[in-house]
Amino acid sequence: MTGPYDAIVIGAGHNGLVTAAYLGRAGLKVLVLERREVIGGAAVTEQVFPGFKFDTAAHRIGALHPAVVRDLDLKRHGLEVVHADPTVFAPASDGRHLLLWRDPKRTVEALREMSPADAEAWIPFSELIGKAAAVLRAAWSATPPEVTGNDPRDLWSVVKLGVGLRRLGKRDMVEVMRILPMAVSELLGDWFESDVLKGTLAAAGIAGMFQGPMAAGTVYAFLHHHVGAGGGVLRPTARVRGGVGELTRALAVAARGHGVDIRTSQPVERVIVKDGRATGVVLSSGEEVAAARVVSNADPRRTFFDLVGPTELDPEFVRKVTNIRFKGVCAKVHLVLGELPRFSGVPEAGPHLNGVISISPSLEYLERAYDDAKYGAASRRPYLEVSIPSVTDPDVAESGKHVMSIVAQYAPYRLKEGEWDAAARERLGDAVVGTLSEYAPNLESAILHRHVLTPLDLEETYGLSEGNIYHGEHTLDQLFFMRPVPGSARYRTPIEGLYLCGAGTHPGGGVTGFPGYNAAREILRDGKG
Amino acid sequence: MLRGTPFHSRTSALCQARNWRRWAGYVTAGSYELTHEREYYAIRSAAALIDVSPLFKYMIRGPDAVRFLDRVVTRDVSRCAENQVLYTPWCDESGKVVDDGTLARLGEEKFRLTAAEPNLRWLHDNAVGFDVTIDDISDSTAALALQGPTSREILKCVTDADVDALRFFRSTPADVRGIPVTISRTGYTGDLGYEIWVDAENAEPLWDAVIDAGTSYGITPVGMLALDVARIEAGLILIDVDYVPARRALIESRKSSPFELGLGWTVKLDKESFVGSGALSKERQDGPTWELRGLEVDWIALEKVYAEVGLPPQLPTVAWRTSVPVYDGGRQIGYATSGCWSPILKKYIALAHLHASHSRPGTDVYMEVTVEHQRRKAKARVVETPFFNPERKRATT
Amino acid sequence: MTAGHRFDAIVIGGGHNGLVNAAYLAMAGKRVVVLEKRHVLGGAAVTEEIYPGFKYCVCSYVVSLLRPEIIRDLDLPRHGLEILPLESTLTPLPDGDHLVRWADHDQTRRELYRHSPRDAEAYDDFGKLMYQLAVAVKPILAMVPPDPTSLSPKDLLGFARLARHFRGLGEEQFHALFKLMTMSAADYLDEWFETEPLKATMSASGIIGTFLGPRSPGTAYVLLHHYLGEIDGAMRAWGFARGGTGAVSESIASAARRFGADIRTEAGVAQVIVKNGKAVGVALENGDEFRAPVVVSALDPKRTFLQMVEPKDLPDDFVDAIRRFKIRGSSGKVNLALSELPDFTCLPGVGPHLRGAISISPSVDYLERAYDDAKYGAFSRRPYMDIIIPSMIDPGMAPPGKHVMSIFVQYAPSDLDGGWDETKREAFGDAVIDTLAEYAPNLPGAILHRQVLTPWDIEREMGLTQGNIFHGELTLQQLFCMRPTVGWADFTTPVRNYYQCGSGTHPGGGITGASGRLAALKILGGRPR
Repeated sequence: MTGPYDAIVIGAGHNGLVTAAYLGRAGLKVLVLERREVIGGAAVTEQVFPGFKFDTAAHRIGALHPAVVRDLDLKRHGLEVVHADPTVFAPASDGRHLLLWRDPKRTVEALREMSPADAEAWIPFSELIGKAAAVLRAAWSATPPEVTGNDPRDLWSVVKLGVGLRRLGKRDMVEVMRILPMAVSELLGDWFESDVLKGTLAAAGIAGMFQGPMAAGTVYAFLHHHVGAGGGVLRPTARVRGGVGELTRALAVAARGHGVDIRTSQPVERVIVKDGRATGVVLSSGEEVAAARVVSNADPRRTFFDLVGPTELDPEFVRKVTNIRFKGVCAKVHLVLGELPRFSGVPEAGPHLNGVISISPSLEYLERAYDDAKYGAASRRPYLEVSIPSVTDPDVAESGKHVMSIVAQYAPYRLKEGEWDAAARERLGDAVVGTLSEYAPNLESAILHRHVLTPLDLEETYGLSEGNIYHGEHTLDQLFFMRPVPGSARYRTPIEGLYLCGAGTHPGGGVTGFPGYNAAREILRDGKG
Repeated sequence: MLRGTPFHSRTSALCQARNWRRWAGYVTAGSYELTHEREYYAIRSAAALIDVSPLFKYMIRGPDAVRFLDRVVTRDVSRCAENQVLYTPWCDESGKVVDDGTLARLGEEKFRLTAAEPNLRWLHDNAVGFDVTIDDISDSTAALALQGPTSREILKCVTDADVDALRFFRSTPADVRGIPVTISRTGYTGDLGYEIWVDAENAEPLWDAVIDAGTSYGITPVGMLALDVARIEAGLILIDVDYVPARRALIESRKSSPFELGLGWTVKLDKESFVGSGALSKERQDGPTWELRGLEVDWIALEKVYAEVGLPPQLPTVAWRTSVPVYDGGRQIGYATSGCWSPILKKYIALAHLHASHSRPGTDVYMEVTVEHQRRKAKARVVETPFFNPERKRATT
Repeated sequence: MTAGHRFDAIVIGGGHNGLVNAAYLAMAGKRVVVLEKRHVLGGAAVTEEIYPGFKYCVCSYVVSLLRPEIIRDLDLPRHGLEILPLESTLTPLPDGDHLVRWADHDQTRRELYRHSPRDAEAYDDFGKLMYQLAVAVKPILAMVPPDPTSLSPKDLLGFARLARHFRGLGEEQFHALFKLMTMSAADYLDEWFETEPLKATMSASGIIGTFLGPRSPGTAYVLLHHYLGEIDGAMRAWGFARGGTGAVSESIASAARRFGADIRTEAGVAQVIVKNGKAVGVALENGDEFRAPVVVSALDPKRTFLQMVEPKDLPDDFVDAIRRFKIRGSSGKVNLALSELPDFTCLPGVGPHLRGAISISPSVDYLERAYDDAKYGAFSRRPYMDIIIPSMIDPGMAPPGKHVMSIFVQYAPSDLDGGWDETKREAFGDAVIDTLAEYAPNLPGAILHRQVLTPWDIEREMGLTQGNIFHGELTLQQLFCMRPTVGWADFTTPVRNYYQCGSGTHPGGGITGASGRLAALKILGGRPR
C-alpha cells in the first residue's frame, strides 16, 4: 500500500491531465495512473511506422479552454496551435470543389461560382452559427444545474443562460431556440442550395454520431464543433504542431510542474469503495494506492462497470449507465504516402490540402452512408475527413513523404454480420481508400504503408467503450444535465469521493479541456479535506 | 381465457361454488363449497389443501447467489442455512417495499424465491455484475399448501422424509409416493402447516396422493375466502390490499417501507449495504411515520351502533379489502386495509395503518363502520399481531 | 351587404377544431358563422358513403384524445357522440406468429411473456412511468403557451408556473420527460424492451403523421399520447366513434347549432378582408362577403397566413417563419369495401382481434426501411399500416355480412419524386394491398371497392397543405410556444382580430378539439387588440 494521495486521476487523457494539473496547482498531492505506456489517451501522437508521426485518435482539436492554456502556461511548455486555412476542401461529385476559408469574405468569393445564392447566404448564416455557438460556450463553462433541485446557485446558472439567450435580441433568440433541436439537413435546406456545401457543413453535425444528417438534434452536434471557432469560421480545422500528442505532453509538463506524479503502464484494476466512499485504487499488479479522492478520466461505462463494479451501485443508477448510448461509428485509417494526392480538378499541390479534405458531396451521400450503418454494416461509401498534417508541418514525416490521417464514418461497432476481425478491418481500409481514390486517382499508387483502426480497435487501444470517440453520443438526451446520466451530471458520482472528468461529462467530447477544467473546479469546491 | 393452474383438473372437479377468482393470471377457487365456513375450520381444526401455484417463483443459482440475494432482500441471506427458509421483503432504492415472499435455500448456491408480483426484470436489473442465473420457474413449478393441525400426520402418511424433525421455516427434499418434491414448513395461515413444491407435470398425482392420505384426517380443499380470514388472524399482509408495491405506486405516498408494514424485524442493517439500506437506516434512526397494527373492534360499541337501528351486529364473515378510515375523535389517524370476523377468536379484527402517534398497543381508536347506509364509528383497540398464534405453529414434536 | 351577413365571429373551416371553436363562441352568446368549403362538415374527420352502402372514415378513423372537457361542456353524448372501445392491437408477423396487446392486463402479460418474460414485466413498469408523465404533461396541453420572447408579466408568470410545475415532478419524472422529448422512439423503447414487434408497434405511434423514422430523435414523445388517453380512464376518450369520425364532427356541429351557430357548407372562403391591419370579415369564392369583428381560421398555418391574407399585411419575419414551418405530408389512406373479413394467417378465422387495431409493423427495421424509401422521394414499397375494420365495431358501417376496412398508410411523401398522378396513386394502393395480402391472403379477392388517398388527394380534397394530417409536423421545434411560430402560439396572429384555431396551433394533432377550445377561450377572455 502506497500513498496516501489527496487525489488519484485514472487515465492520462487530456482531460485527466487538465484536472490533475489544476488539483496539483491548488496544492493537492496528485497521482495520475495511465494504462498505456504513453500518456495522452485519445489525444496522442504515435509513430505507427518509424519516422512517421500520426495523430492516431483525434487528429483535430476543438476550442481549447483559454483558461487552461493560460493558467497552465501551455505555450511556454511548447504548445503551438495551427489554424488551417482553408479549413476545408471538399470535392463535389461533378468534379468541382468547395473551399471554406477562415475569412468569410474569401469563402463568399469561392462560393459565388458554385451558387450565387449560397454566397449571399454565407455571411448571415455564419453569423447565426456564431451567435448560437456563443450561447453554448456560456453553457460549456458552467456546471450543469440540478433542474429539479433547490440550489439557488443552480437557479442562478439557469437564469444566466436565459439572460445570455435574451441578449441575442428577439429575432436571433427565437432562431437559436428553433434550430437547436432540428436536423442539420433541415437547417441547411433553409439556407443553401448547393449539394456539396450542404453535405460538407452537415458533416460537422454527424461527426462521431450514429445519426444521419436528417436526424433531429444534429444541429446541436453541428454547433458543438463551432464553439469557440471565432467569427465567421465554419468547420474550423485546428491542429497542434508536431501532433496532438504535443498538447498532452505540454499538459503533463505543466502538471509535473505542480508536483503531480504521472505513472504510465499502470492499469487500474478497480476503485476501492468502502461504505459507499472511494478510498483508493487497486492496480492490476495488485498494488493498492490510497487516496482521499479518485477522479476517473475513463468513460462512464468503464468507470462504473469495470472500475467500480455495478454491485456497488443502486440498480436504478446501473440502469442509467447501461442506457448510455455509445454506438461508436468512427474508424481511423493512417497512410504513409510517397506523394500527395492529386484531386481531379485541382491536381497540383496547393492550399486546398492545408485543412481537412471532406468527402461529403451531398446530404444524400451522408444519409446513405448512415443507412448502411443503421442496418449494421459499414458504409459502402463512407464520409471521410482526411488530414495531411505533413503539408504544413513537415517534421511529422520523412522528407518528401507524407502522412495522411482519415476519420471514416460510418463503421458501426456492432456489425449485423460477422465481427471486426482482420478481414473486416482490411475491407474497411479498402472501402476508405477506394472511396478517396474516386476523387484522387493517384492515391492508391502513392500508398507506402496503411494502418487501420476499427471501432473495436479504438475500444481496445484507447479504452473508448464501443469505440465512441466522445465517451457517449452527443445526442440531446445525453448532454448538459443529462450527461453522463441524469441526476449525476455535476462531475460527482453516487460514490462519495469518486469524480468523473472525461468527455463523458458535460460539455462532452472533442479536445477542449472543458470537462477536465470544470471537474477540477467542482472537486476543489467540495474541499481539500 | 385465463389459465387454470396445474391442479385445475382436480380443483375444477371439486369446486361446487364455481366462484373462481383471478390470481396472477390464473383462475383459482374462491371457495369449493357453497359457503366457506367449513373450509375455514379445516385450516384451524383439521387440514386444508390450498392450491398456491399462481405465486411467482424464481430459481437463483450461482457462485454469487448469496451475495446477490443479500444485495436484493432485507434479511441476512449469508446466515440462511441450507434447507432454511426466510420470509423477507425487498425494497427499491428509497427503501420502499417492492414485494415480499419466502426465500428457500435449497443448496449451497441454489435458492427459490417466491413473489406476489412478477420480479424477473427487477432481479435481473439487480444482478448486473453478479455471477448468478435467474430462472422464472413460475409456470413449471406447482405448489400446494397443506395447513392445519393434522397436516403433519397426513404428510407422514405419504413420505418417508422426517417430517417430525422439520422445524418452522425449514425445508427438506422429499419423495411423496414416488414424486420428488420439496416440503417447507411455511404457509399463509399462521398455523401448523407445510407447502409442497413440485414440478408442474407431477401436480395431479401429488394432489391425489395427499387427498388420499388426508381423507382420514379431515383434509379439505380450501379456497381463497377461507385463506383470507386465516391470514388476517395471523397478521400476514397481502400485496395490493395492505400495501401497494413500490413499482406500481403512481404517487409517492402510496409506497411503504418495511418499518411501516410491521416488517422492521426483517431489516438487517448490520449486513453489507443492500438496495434501499441507506434510506432504511435513516428511517430506523428517525422512526417510521406509520405502523401496521391490529385492531380489535369493541363488541359493546359495535352492538350499540347496530342496536340504534334495531339490528344485531352484522359481522363480516367474508374478509373485506377496502380502505376504512380510523379516527381519534374527529381526526383521521389511519386506515384499515383488511378486516374480518375471526371465527376462532370471536372478535371483529382488522389490519390497520396507524400514525406512529397512535400505534402503541392498548391505544383506543375509532374505526368507521357503515350501518344501514350511515357512517358510524366504533371503538377499537390497537393490538400487536398476530391475533391468533397457536403454539403448534412452531412446535416440534 | 345584408344584415344576414353580419356576425360576431366568423370561423373559416368546418373541421372538428373549427366546429369546437364555433360551439364555444356560440355558447358564450356570440353570433357565429362557420364557413366550410366542402359539401360535408368535418374536414379530415368525415364519414362518407363513397361506395353505396359502405361508409368510409375517409381520413381520420379513430378518436384519440378528444378532450373530456369538450365532451362535457358541449354535452356531446346528447348530440349523438358514442365512442366504442377499440382496445386490442394485433401485429401479425411474417413468420406466421403474432403479437397482440389486449384490453385485459393478464391476457396482455401472458402474450408478451410468450415473446419475452422480461418485456412482460417491463411493460407494466413502462406503463406506470408513462401514466405519470401523461399526468405531468396534461396541464400543458390545456394551457395557452406563453411567449418566451416577451417580458410581459403574464408571459413571465406563465413560464414561472411551467418551471414550478416541472420542478414539482421530481427528478425521475423530469429526466424521463426530457428523454422522451429528445430521443427517438426506437432508442427510448430499446431501454425498456427486447421484443421487436412490440418495439416496432409502439414506436409506430411515434411516427404517425411525421416525416421521420422510428430511429429519428424527436419521435419518442408521441408514445405518451396513448397514455394521455388512458388517464381519462372511464371517460373513454380513445376509441371508434359510432358512425365513424364524421359522427364526431356532426355531434359537435349539432351542439354548436343548439347554441345558435350558423353552419354553412359549400361556402369556401377566398380571402380574409383586412382593413387598417384589422380583420373585418371574409370574402367567399362566390363573391359573397361576411363581416365580423372576429375572424378565426381553422385552416393550417400555410393556408391561414399565406392564402387567406396578403403577405403585405404580415411582418416579413413572420411570413418567413410560416414559410419555414414544416408541413410535409407523409401518409396516405386506403379504404376498402369487403365482401368478407380478412383471414389472417397468424390468427385464422373471425375473432376478437378483428375488433381492434391491426398494425403492420413487424420490426423497427421494417419501419425504418419504409422511411428510407420516403427519404429519397418514393412511397414505401412495404409500408407501415394501421388498420381497423369499422364494421366489426359498428355494424352500421357496412351492409349486413359485408365490411369496410380503414387503412392508414405510411410513408407516402407529399413531394414524391416526379410528383403524384393517378397511375402512381394506384401503384401505391397496390403496394398496400400486396403487403397486406402477405398476412391475409384472402384480402385481394374480397375487395369490392377501393379508395386510395395520397397526400396529393388529401390536399386537393380536404384542403390540408401537402396532405399533412396534423397541419404541420409535430417536431420539437414546432410544438408548444413554437407552434406555429414563437410569439404567435397564443392563437392570435399579427393581424388584429384574426385568430387561428387549427391543428397547426398548440397542442395540435389528432381529433382532440383542444386547439379549437383554447382558441375560443383566448378569444373570449382576451380584449380585442
